[in-house]
Amino acid sequence: MYEKDGERYFVVDGHMHFWDASEENTKNKYGEGFIRCFYDYHKNLSPEDYVWPLEKYRKYDEPTLMKDLFEDGYVDVAIFQPTYLTDFYHKGFNTTVQDAVLKEKYPDKFVLNTSFEPRLGEAGLVQFEEKVRKYGSKGVKLYTAEWHDASKGWKLTDPWALRHLEKCQELGVTNIHIHKGPTIWPLNRDSFDLADVDDAASTFPELNFIVEHVGLPRLEDMCWIGTQEPNVYGGLAVAMPFIHTRPAYFGQVVGELLYWLGEDRLLFASDYALWHPKWLVEKFVDYQYPMENEYPEITTNVKKKILGLNAAKLYDLKVPEGVSAGDEGTGQDVTEKPAVPVEASIGGHSE
Amino acid sequence: MTEARTGGLVHSPPVDRSAVLEALGTVRDPELDEPLPDLGFVSSLEVDGDTVRVHLRLPTYFCAPNFAYLMVADADTAVRAVPGVHQAEVYLDDHFTSEEINDGVAQRRGFQQSFDGLADDELDELRTLFRRKALINRQQRLVKALLDAGATTGELGRLRLGDLSPSAELDTYLQRRAELGLDTGPEAPLVVDTDGNPIPPELLEGHLRFASLTRVSIEGNASFCRGMLATRYDLPTPTVAAD
Repeated sequence: MYEKDGERYFVVDGHMHFWDASEENTKNKYGEGFIRCFYDYHKNLSPEDYVWPLEKYRKYDEPTLMKDLFEDGYVDVAIFQPTYLTDFYHKGFNTTVQDAVLKEKYPDKFVLNTSFEPRLGEAGLVQFEEKVRKYGSKGVKLYTAEWHDASKGWKLTDPWALRHLEKCQELGVTNIHIHKGPTIWPLNRDSFDLADVDDAASTFPELNFIVEHVGLPRLEDMCWIGTQEPNVYGGLAVAMPFIHTRPAYFGQVVGELLYWLGEDRLLFASDYALWHPKWLVEKFVDYQYPMENEYPEITTNVKKKILGLNAAKLYDLKVPEGVSAGDEGTGQDVTEKPAVPVEASIGGHSE
Repeated sequence: MTEARTGGLVHSPPVDRSAVLEALGTVRDPELDEPLPDLGFVSSLEVDGDTVRVHLRLPTYFCAPNFAYLMVADADTAVRAVPGVHQAEVYLDDHFTSEEINDGVAQRRGFQQSFDGLADDELDELRTLFRRKALINRQQRLVKALLDAGATTGELGRLRLGDLSPSAELDTYLQRRAELGLDTGPEAPLVVDTDGNPIPPELLEGHLRFASLTRVSIEGNASFCRGMLATRYDLPTPTVAAD
């Protein structure tokens, strides 16, 4: 819980990790490149006082994580978003099994999401169902760029992916977090393209599709899809830290999202250990647009929703009394906007 | 017949280093819509007789290989076209597909063959997709300047290319239009969709709103890439333009 100027903010960290990229666990040059790339993100966007040495960043321990999130970082509930990357790391980068240790120890502090692997076909369905039954997950994190044998990435519209999404519906796994990254195959397309999210969201209107990193670097596609599909949400991991280095750009990103998606479909996230939630929460609560603009206002109520109340709804989390946002907001439905020519969805036509 | 002839070989005119740089300046990051040297992606340039060696670098190890390939191939083509250049060697450093890209471009194998089995076509469609985004970005820059100067949305809808005063920004926009095969004549409407059609008045506001979002996206990405490059190579922190 964060308190400032008489207001209380329930904080749900919608996307965090407990990863192991230690040298012993790193399998190859790709794993080495991956963690170094992550480290540059961390160094580039964190305030100086929060930059870790590389060794600590590769693998941090449980007390560090617990203190950073829950003692110092104001987080009430944190959502584990596993990222397997077993082709890069011997034991995986951040698997459900690794996260489950903490979930068992602190059941009220964590939401444990799992994942599925559509390229395993029928066996994947069985494994997925086992994981959901074992961990009680209400959400999955899908990293479409993930390698698997000869396949260097996949799409939500692949036949076996559709089968797995049907399974999600059947099992009550309603929150589908999607992380786009530079897939390798087929290399001639734009791997950040969100067209498959658009299709899947139409096909499965009862599932919620949370686009991680609000689709960056394809913010325009994210917003376009958000206006079409009321069950598409934006996860603000990676967008949040711009609040420090580039506050005006941060304002543009959040302003556009508030305009196109509304205040009820955005979720705060630190992407810990990429960034520390403490400074993100503090700066966000203090945030005001530093430039002239025509975007919707970022009011205290909007901040409360983004920081925790929206995620609490998706995951049925109990919100303490006295922290509600005090209004029903714009809701999931897309509010009236000037009609946009269909050709504007430039990215949506690449399929 | 004296200085140019040595040992029976005719020497080409010396390669002008600034001409090579200028040629590299015509190569853009297709996604960020900016020239490679401006982005800091050219890490070294060496002119050795009639051979030119260029090293390129990118903000991360995992930058998308398709865009990376386009930049290396385009740089190779641009450098070869400089008068006097007999041999061009363009290398991409520190990237997870450096080897495939460098070999593929050097041997002019084309994209699909350079990544055997990992691509099902060449990159033309991808390039066109990003040229369309770039068109909307550049159009928005012109439109924004006009709006700031007091123009109304309705007036914008009636403006023709010939109504605009000459500027570098206009030249860039015309170039983006030409690349897509769109009309660049003075009578052509300023505000068009990516197929060159004028926007109906009732859709103009929505079009401009979305164009503004596209610009936020492209400029934001470019600025972030500059920052990441600076962190990766320990360069001075870039000044943030337009922020």
